[in-house]
Amino acid sequence: MTATVKRRALAVVATLALAGLALAPSARAQQVVADLSRHLVGITTGFVGTEVLLFGATEGEGDVIVVVRGPDRRETVRRKARVGGIWVNTDEVAFPAAPSFYAVAASGPVGEIVSPRILWRHRIGTENLELRPVRPLDASDLAAFRDGLLRNKVRQGLYHDKPGRVTFLGNRLFRANLYFPANVPTGTYTVEVLLARQGQIVSAQTTPLLISKIGIGAEVYRFAHENSVFYGIFAIVMALAAGWIAGVIFRKG
Amino acid sequence: MQIYLPIAEISIDVFLLLGMGGAVGFLSGLFGVGGGFLLTPLLIFTGVSPAVAVATEANQVVASSVSGVLAHWRRGNVDFRMGAVLLAGGLAGSGVGVWAYSALREIGQLDLVIAISYVVFLGVIGALMLIESSRAILRSRRPDAGMRKLHQHTWLHGLPLKMRFRKSKLYISVLLPIAIGFIVGFLSAIMGVGGGFIMVPAMIYLLGMPTITVVGTSLFQIIFVTANVTFLQAAHNHTVDVVLALILLTGGVVGAQFGSRFAGRLPGEQLRGLLALIVLAVGARIVYGLVTTPADVFSLGSAGGAE
Repeated sequence: MTATVKRRALAVVATLALAGLALAPSARAQQVVADLSRHLVGITTGFVGTEVLLFGATEGEGDVIVVVRGPDRRETVRRKARVGGIWVNTDEVAFPAAPSFYAVAASGPVGEIVSPRILWRHRIGTENLELRPVRPLDASDLAAFRDGLLRNKVRQGLYHDKPGRVTFLGNRLFRANLYFPANVPTGTYTVEVLLARQGQIVSAQTTPLLISKIGIGAEVYRFAHENSVFYGIFAIVMALAAGWIAGVIFRKG
Repeated sequence: MQIYLPIAEISIDVFLLLGMGGAVGFLSGLFGVGGGFLLTPLLIFTGVSPAVAVATEANQVVASSVSGVLAHWRRGNVDFRMGAVLLAGGLAGSGVGVWAYSALREIGQLDLVIAISYVVFLGVIGALMLIESSRAILRSRRPDAGMRKLHQHTWLHGLPLKMRFRKSKLYISVLLPIAIGFIVGFLSAIMGVGGGFIMVPAMIYLLGMPTITVVGTSLFQIIFVTANVTFLQAAHNHTVDVVLALILLTGGVVGAQFGSRFAGRLPGEQLRGLLALIVLAVGARIVYGLVTTPADVFSLGSAGGAE
């Protein structure tokens, strides 16, 4: 399976490279081209996480940085404090637009490829994410809740605090494995591929990636959310039938 | 073999779920208890969010109560009149319970209230069972001791709106069964249990019902109360996971079958003592989670279900 994917990917990379060579003089504006091994990740009932292969070619030397972002979501961060001996949620802050997934991959240490100012401008690295709370907070609280959000997301495997690897095959072709865990949120992701040269971002390309529930799981989810009244009735009927069948088996056994 | 649960939105090993359902089903077959009060905490320990665990368990209890009530119905051990009165209270209580559940979830205190409810009830029930079984073991060694007065008159018998319950040979106020039904219905919504472990002692000790009609009548009204909870949770909170419920009840049905076959052959009181210790251990595990300093004092709003 992976071998086939790799072989197919290499074939595509080779084709792209040839195309790149042929178009070299005219393609000055687009110095980096990249694509994904697939643009749709289906979350089926047996889904345990998956890898998507990113591959591409650059025009000339340079470093590649890949930024993967899931759709923005409202995240509520709660802080516990000890009240009468037990730990209770005592404070909460909502961040209305936090990326549901965030990962970075690079061909070298990002801090050495470009300056911190450029990292900040391109939102590279979790420390550079723009997270605004719904209500104004003083600086220390904001930092605490922001760090709390990042820590929880890293623990869930949805934010990667350390960049993954982009590997070059020769000095023109590159590839990276993007990993999505079992609990990956659904929606339209963006995969941004940046080419850096001499400390500057010289070219960028953005590719969409759709992650959605498919199969029975997706049907159940849609049923539960769009026809919740009938879903409730269905759940009861299913339980009544199962219980009745069990009762009949019991009687015979 | 991992299975992705569509509403809980996590992957769990299907054999772990079948095993949990089977083990709790075995205990419920052995002791005639519902098992929801053990399965809900186990689901939470496995990583299912408390909101989904509670709502899904209500759904699973519908199934286990139906299979249980059939046997009692055939033997004519269901007092339908008493069941209907309890149910009137139960439907109201579970409605209020689901509303409270949504409100608590909104302010981020649902997990805490679920945990504390479990600590209180597992602690009390476990302790009472332990005392009861150790007394019974002692009594079996001293056969002369321990006669209990069959019927006592208390202030409870002075309440108005009396009604005659032929099957249970009772003439009591309907207010008391309605109140009991209401409280158990409320707990059913908050804790994801049938509430048999509260209902049964309340029927015996507070209402004075004969033991023979107690279990069947309790199961009869639990079906409707948990069905009501399932419906309201599904419609309002989107937290009922039918895939999870189906796996659990499959394991539960098989487990219960083995449990009921073993019931006659094993030393009952010693086993009851063992169940009491299991119940106390689960309660202690929840207390441990509440009092120890969490690895991270920050957490994200619970996943799964309504946005």
